[in-house]
Amino acid sequence: MLVSKVKRWLTALAGTALLANAGGAAAEWKLNLRQGVTSISQEAYDLHMLILWICVAIGVVVFGAMFISIIKHRKSKGAKPATFHESTSVEIVWTVVPFLILIGMAIPATKALIAIEDTSNSDLSIKVTGYQWKWGYDYLGEGVSFISTLTTPKEQILNQQDKGENYLLEVDNPVVVPINKKVRLLITANDVLHAWWVPDLGMKRDAIPGFVNEMWFNIEKEGTYRGQCAELCGKDHGFMPIVVVAKNEADYQQWLTDQKAAMDADAAGADRDWSMAELMERGEKAYNTNCAACHQANGEGLKAAGFPGLKGSPLATGPMDAHLQMVMNGKPDTAMAAFGGQLNDIDIAAVVTYERNSWGNDTGDLIQPSEVKAAR
Amino acid sequence: MSTATTHDTHHEEHPRGLLRWVFTTNHKDIGTLYLIFALAMFFVGGAMAMIIRAELFQPGLQFVDPQFFNSMTTMHALIMVFGAVMPGFVGLANWLVPMMIGAPDMALPRMNNWSFWILPFAGIMLLGTLFMEGGAPAGGWTMYPPLILQTGDAFPYLIFSVHLLGISSIMGAINIVVTIVNMRAPGMTMMKMPLFVWTWLITAYLLIAVMPVFAGAVTMLLTDQYFGTSFFSAAGGGDPVMFQHIFWFFGHPEVYIMILPAFGVVSQIIPTFARKRLFGYSSMVYATASIAFLSFIVWAHHMFTVGMPLTGELFFMYATMLIAVPTGVKVFNWVSTMWKGSMTFETPMLFALAFVVLFTIGGFSGLMMAITPVDFQYHDTYFIVAHFHYTLVTGSVFTLFAAAYYWLPKWTGNMYDEKLGKLHFWLSAIFVNVLFFPQHFLGLAGMPRRIPDYSTQFAEFNMMSSLGGFAFGLTQLLFVYIVIKTVRGGSKATDKVWEGAEGLEWTLPSPPPYHSFTTAPEVK
Repeated sequence: MLVSKVKRWLTALAGTALLANAGGAAAEWKLNLRQGVTSISQEAYDLHMLILWICVAIGVVVFGAMFISIIKHRKSKGAKPATFHESTSVEIVWTVVPFLILIGMAIPATKALIAIEDTSNSDLSIKVTGYQWKWGYDYLGEGVSFISTLTTPKEQILNQQDKGENYLLEVDNPVVVPINKKVRLLITANDVLHAWWVPDLGMKRDAIPGFVNEMWFNIEKEGTYRGQCAELCGKDHGFMPIVVVAKNEADYQQWLTDQKAAMDADAAGADRDWSMAELMERGEKAYNTNCAACHQANGEGLKAAGFPGLKGSPLATGPMDAHLQMVMNGKPDTAMAAFGGQLNDIDIAAVVTYERNSWGNDTGDLIQPSEVKAAR
Repeated sequence: MSTATTHDTHHEEHPRGLLRWVFTTNHKDIGTLYLIFALAMFFVGGAMAMIIRAELFQPGLQFVDPQFFNSMTTMHALIMVFGAVMPGFVGLANWLVPMMIGAPDMALPRMNNWSFWILPFAGIMLLGTLFMEGGAPAGGWTMYPPLILQTGDAFPYLIFSVHLLGISSIMGAINIVVTIVNMRAPGMTMMKMPLFVWTWLITAYLLIAVMPVFAGAVTMLLTDQYFGTSFFSAAGGGDPVMFQHIFWFFGHPEVYIMILPAFGVVSQIIPTFARKRLFGYSSMVYATASIAFLSFIVWAHHMFTVGMPLTGELFFMYATMLIAVPTGVKVFNWVSTMWKGSMTFETPMLFALAFVVLFTIGGFSGLMMAITPVDFQYHDTYFIVAHFHYTLVTGSVFTLFAAAYYWLPKWTGNMYDEKLGKLHFWLSAIFVNVLFFPQHFLGLAGMPRRIPDYSTQFAEFNMMSSLGGFAFGLTQLLFVYIVIKTVRGGSKATDKVWEGAEGLEWTLPSPPPYHSFTTAPEVK
């Protein structure tokens, strides 16, 4: 770890000198916009390069004139100042010419924009919901839905372990989509603003509570594509990645079937009685995915930042009904979300049970998924 | 005062010591107060930037927790915008507008005192939120709901300090408009005014137009939070995106409020050191006015990803691209002013030249982001962070340095140390690029802004950016030393100070008398 640190140090220090040929040298020194894997991302890249080169050309002319002037027209070289200070014709030229260049940029930009905003005739629609701090996905018409959260271990974030290859860009449940299909996303949010962005897909769109936004993509290549939330959404804004896995049609259908089977198994489990040990095990997992970001894995919260602890708290050791209501309905105007809409009956029962019997909380209380169902 | 003999010396009577500064209605004293306040806030905001860059030095969480990191980005922006850059330019206006138009003082001196003295209290209130339950505001300086409504006890203090800052700005703006319109010396027609005065006149109108809009937007946040309204809550029939529209209707003119006076300063400095009249004076005035007008109809380019109708996106794309035309005219005019001049390169000129190059780079990235389909990629990444720091740091802040070096000899009567000034310039110019240029690459590679930790692919450029940041921050201490040294002494400046200087302020002694022109000069 130390070696890699020192190495990174040295590369960074030497970096300025390396800049010129760094583009191809290593992925870490990537200089340009990503070309991506969709028609949209390719169009964005082409436009980006077009405008970039136009800017470079203008820059060369303007800065060139300026530096010639700086070198030649200096007092130390005996330059005498000229007296001209206006020229209507020149001024008209440098108003009209940029205007024409802009029209030249606007035409391809308009074409690209019209294509990007055309979400009609999609083959498949997925509803995307932003939560503080995870993403929910519903495959419309398929009955498949799940929550996708960061899987990078806390130890890596706190520098107690070496960082993995996909540090901060890895999730438990990636979005799986078929290749060569027009996939339409219907994007919304549950609490605050978020934005769904995978750079290789060429598009980002805000997730807004109470409104549904649209975007589409058509991935041409099988593979795994990674992105992040791109709109500040609170404490863990930097920790809610997006992973898209593009599969061929047959693999995609297989994945859908597996997902449905898993969801059916879960639904059946909601009606039976669960033991304390079962609930505690499931509760720890659900707690760490959904609650630990604020209340912390040790249940002590982050008091300075306004996130209360649960260890010994009146809520987690007092009447169970109030505790259940808080988990299900949340607390308005805070980051405490209403988990009733996000988690199923088993997970809510498990989380409440876990919180009431961990970190020295010893109420011995146990709540069954069927009771959660009844409380909804 | 006891040996005073001339009849108008009673104007010179004023309290001594601390009370002089509290009760002063003098444009120079108030200008000085503004500039000191701006410099102090520049270091407070800068310290926050150092914390941000320290955390981003390496991947992983090292120094601060993510919530505090968000507070730092939020407070850094608010302090720099409302505490450093805006008061810095108001300070320049206070010092220079009366001297440039041949007036004895500002038109509304008591209001001038009040508009300054609100500022420190607003600033303290804002900084005080750092010590409150729930921490300082962490929802970004743009204060987008619903996130900003999750702020703890700091929330009402944030809103109230914004109200105060707005009141201060509006009063300052009214004062500048009234002074320029009413107090010009005989013969000083509008089209003879120095460009700094012109750009400030237009800026002042922008302030008067948009500050109340901003106050309205944050007041709606306040009533949403405490009085049960639902302006921005979809659950109550409101719309969170409406806040963004209102905010950016203020916010876009606001960014020009921070850059138009900079254009004015550069238009004063380049002709002086090129020893040649400003090229295209009237087109400069018209270009400034066009930029000001366009600033009101481009706001939604800050929110291309919120999901506007296609026609809306097209309109805002075209309108935004148009800004390149008048901005280009300005850059061409500056370069033409240098062309066939007789240039020397004292510190103010160096900063002004760096401004022309680096601000133009910021302009280029601005043009790139105007192209909506590509902005979908750039939006909310480090590319935009690089863009607005090129316009605000190498744009506005570099111009404030240029102005300080240019007029300090006039203000204090002492020349600054040219060697140290040049050292300050070169260190700043190099490190600011090490700091911000790699951020373009980070954004293009896909690093979102406002994140406390990042994927390892971004590690190298972040480390480079942080090293540049620390060095740039340290360099600014040199500026404080140079200013203090100049105020305390140094070789005496002549009245004209610079060989090529033109304008009424250079006809006054260095330092100028307490009241600038007690008898109006004649302008031919």
